[in-house]
Amino acid sequence: MLMGLKVLESENENKQIENLRSPTCSYIITRKKRGFGITMDSEDEVNGKRVPFSNRPEWADIKPVPQDDGPNPVVMIDYKHEFVETMDYFRAVYLAGERTPRSLDLTREAISLNPGNYTVWQFRRLILEHLNVDLHDELQFMDQIATKNPKNYQIWHHRRWIAEKIGVGAAQKELEFTRTTFSQDAKNYHAWSHRQWVLLNLGGWEDELSYCDELLNDDICNNSAWNQRFFVVTKSPLLGGLDVVRDSEVMFSIKAILAKPGNESPWRYLRGLYQNNAKSLVDDPRVASVCIEGLLGGSQYVHALNLILDALVHQFRPNNDLKGAIEAVYSSLDLPDLATDSELAVRVCCILEKVDPIRASYWQWRKTTIPSQAL
Amino acid sequence: MGELEVEKHAKYILAVEKKKDDFQSVVMEHLRLNGAYWGLTTLDIIGKLDAVNSDDVVSWIMQCQDESGGFGGNIGHDPHVLYTLSAIQVLALFNKLDILDTEKVANYIASLQADDGSFAGDIWGEIDTRFSYIAICSLALLHQLDKINVEKAVKYILSCQNVDGGFGCIPGGESHAGQIFCCVGALAITGHLHLLDKDLLGWWLSERQVKCGGLNGRPEKLPDVCYSWWVLSSLIMIDRIHWIDKPKLVQFILDCQDKENGGISDRPDDAVDVYHTYFGIAGLSLLEYPGLKPIDPAYALPVDVVNRIFLSS
Repeated sequence: MLMGLKVLESENENKQIENLRSPTCSYIITRKKRGFGITMDSEDEVNGKRVPFSNRPEWADIKPVPQDDGPNPVVMIDYKHEFVETMDYFRAVYLAGERTPRSLDLTREAISLNPGNYTVWQFRRLILEHLNVDLHDELQFMDQIATKNPKNYQIWHHRRWIAEKIGVGAAQKELEFTRTTFSQDAKNYHAWSHRQWVLLNLGGWEDELSYCDELLNDDICNNSAWNQRFFVVTKSPLLGGLDVVRDSEVMFSIKAILAKPGNESPWRYLRGLYQNNAKSLVDDPRVASVCIEGLLGGSQYVHALNLILDALVHQFRPNNDLKGAIEAVYSSLDLPDLATDSELAVRVCCILEKVDPIRASYWQWRKTTIPSQAL
Repeated sequence: MGELEVEKHAKYILAVEKKKDDFQSVVMEHLRLNGAYWGLTTLDIIGKLDAVNSDDVVSWIMQCQDESGGFGGNIGHDPHVLYTLSAIQVLALFNKLDILDTEKVANYIASLQADDGSFAGDIWGEIDTRFSYIAICSLALLHQLDKINVEKAVKYILSCQNVDGGFGCIPGGESHAGQIFCCVGALAITGHLHLLDKDLLGWWLSERQVKCGGLNGRPEKLPDVCYSWWVLSSLIMIDRIHWIDKPKLVQFILDCQDKENGGISDRPDDAVDVYHTYFGIAGLSLLEYPGLKPIDPAYALPVDVVNRIFLSS
């Protein structure tokens, strides 16, 4: 949400502003439902009641520079007055290369009006360097504006720049900050990139696995948290590496699958633990067992079947329990009779075509890749 | 099935370019070059590019160029590869690439490659696989790929590949359809698609299609029209487009139109913008919706524009 925006709410609904999911979409202002109006709030929420630059004695020596849209502007823009004025003054100090406390303050005001303007951010960095400002103060400023702009690329990058300069001492604060961001949106892609960078460059791995536990406890479907878990078990210098933790991680994933078999993430995580070797994975009796449970238990067995299929085409030999479970599902679905149980992989593909019709072409293709031994 | 309201979308885009009081224009002033690319490429796809005065656009674009050779998002803005690519792409639409000092632009982009093969967006050093794609796409369009270390660039991209076959923005970053498009596009342009596990990635991408027919960008996220581009173009580049349900996706995109006022939004009934209008229509073009110019999935430009650059030089 940009500073200074108010959204007119309908009488009967709650605010339905939703941040866009794609990082690239972050360029665009926060979505509003069609039919809602928006109005720009004329109050400067950061600094209190706003005084125009033209009335500020400390700016009396500056001649503001208007936006140059060229001789034949493609776009005729009618800006709001305070935005215009602030940017005109910004352009003046930018072109003059003025790196003073007042121009630093000016960039703060410009950022408050439009935190997406990357040129303002870059000039601010030049001023911060020139004035040798205590960057811990800068982090405080960042904390203030970040809550309303969680997906703004410039803010995250500026934060990264500060943290890099402060060094290892910034680690804890940055981990706390991203944790706060995740309390609002646990899948914020920018925040995850930042957190990974902090861990890799500044440290702080001690509590990361248990933080993943926490997030997955809140939402077992949080793919970002699953990705972070994989990041931790493979890259943390404190856990001993994938081979050491594989067993306990398999147990963790199985628990998650049992809670929600239709959840894509723990299945992918399991495959990752075994570096996509499906046969080794299904050879693990705990995994085979969770597949069987999924087949017998209900309708969310697409991922289980996909894994079994992968294993079958790699010479996995299912036991009778698993074969029985597959056959039970097959008969329950009113599918054409198939003669022998040596066509198990084909049966699995037929089931998948039927229960996951949106990917029917994919399952049909899978059928064509079944080697003759697996048939 | 619904209809694509081509006339309404053309009117919407032309109006956005000219609107005086539009709040979106005000706060997106710094990325107007991106907006120009989204709007003008859409107009070209629907056969209405001649509604725009190309001389005006071209002269404005050239004023966005900085002395470094890179382009800013608008006049007076610092250079960045994001806007440099858009500048090149829009000039390509108008067949005006020859006004560029190609050497100068290429040198700017090449200067942003780091030792590990990754690319920064500008002198401030943000690293992201988006910038790898942008650098490679820009230089290829300018016939200047030899200015960078392509092998290192490819190596870095592959280091961002995850065990699920997808790609993130940095090594270890979560697989995300937007980043996947960038990595696959870069590998396609440099002739390295054979290094991908296309079946594994194709499956991950096909799993982005949700019940309503739309595509999301990561597991358990909501569908969004822009993924009609990121996911679809990736699937086409790896020859796995048939793994999704095309008619259902077409219907989802059409449902995201504002049929009264034109424009397309991220999902049905949300507010429209030029960005989603472009990606929705580009997605429909990839799905061979009738009446639309074909678009190249790697260069994100109409095929005839790409052919003009590569086949006639």
